Amino acid sequence: MPATESSTKFSARGDREIVITREFDAPRELVFKAITDPTLIPKWWGPRRYETIVDKMDVRPGGAWRFINRAADGGEHGFNGVYREIVPPEKIVQTFEWEGLPGHISVETLILEDLGGRTRITTTSVFDTKEDRDGMMQSGAESGARETWERFAEVLEGLKRKTAR
Amino acid sequence: MQQPERLSLTFGALADPTRRAILSRLAKGEASVTELAKPFEMSLPAVSKHLRVLERAGLITRGREAQWRPCRLEAERLKEVADWVERYRRFWEESFDRLDEFLRDVQKGQKRTGRRK
Repeated sequence: MPATESSTKFSARGDREIVITREFDAPRELVFKAITDPTLIPKWWGPRRYETIVDKMDVRPGGAWRFINRAADGGEHGFNGVYREIVPPEKIVQTFEWEGLPGHISVETLILEDLGGRTRITTTSVFDTKEDRDGMMQSGAESGARETWERFAEVLEGLKRKTAR
Repeated sequence: MQQPERLSLTFGALADPTRRAILSRLAKGEASVTELAKPFEMSLPAVSKHLRVLERAGLITRGREAQWRPCRLEAERLKEVADWVERYRRFWEESFDRLDEFLRDVQKGQKRTGRRK
C-alpha cells in the first residue's frame, strides 16, 4: 500500500453503487468533526465556485440537513437529506437529494477508518428510487456492473466522435 | 416519465456488458439486429431482448422500415447519465480536495498554537 494516497478514487460496485474513497492526513476525530460540524461545512463542502450555506444540519438519527450552493451570479442549488445513523467517529449514513433532480434520492454511507494518524473515508452511494426498489433491471448485476463506469467512457468516446462529425 | 425514473432505467440498462457493447457499436452508426448479433455469438431473440431494454430506457430508437428496422443510438439520454455521473464525481472530488486542504490548515494552526504555549 502506498504511504500517501491523496487522490479520490471512484468506482462502481453492484449495479447501483458508486464507491468513493479518499485518504486524509489527519486523525479520524478531526475528520469526523469536519463532516459533522455545521460551522465547518462551508469550508469544504461543494465545488469551489460556490459558496455553501448550511440551511439545516441536525446531526442525529432522523435529523434533517439542507445545504445550499450559491454561485457568484446568485444561482442556487439546494441539497438535502436525513441522517439515518451516526456513530462517532466512524460511520455516518445519510440520504442525499439534489433538488435539481427531485425524487432521485441516494443513500450514502460514510465509513471513516483510522489508519494511525491518517483517515480513509469510503463513501458508498446507493441509488434509491422506485425503479431501483422494484428491482426491474437486475440482469447482469454481478458481472456487468463492475465495469459499467470503465466501459462507459468507451461509449462516450464513440459518442463524442459521432457528434463531432 | 420523470427524469429521476428515466435515469434509473438508463443506469439499469447500462449495467449489462452486452448492452454497453451494443451501444459502443451503435456509436459508430446505425445497425440492424443481425449486424448487432454477429460479434456476440448470440441468438437474434436474445439480442432483441437487450434491444428492448435499451429502447425502453430511451438509449436507442428503432426505425420503422419493415425489413431491417435499423437501431440508432439516442445520444441525449446517454449524455444525461454521463452528465449526472460526472457532476457527482466532480462534486465529491472537489469537496474532498477542499476537505484535505482544510484539515491540513487546521492541523498547522494547532501546531503553531502548541508552540506558543
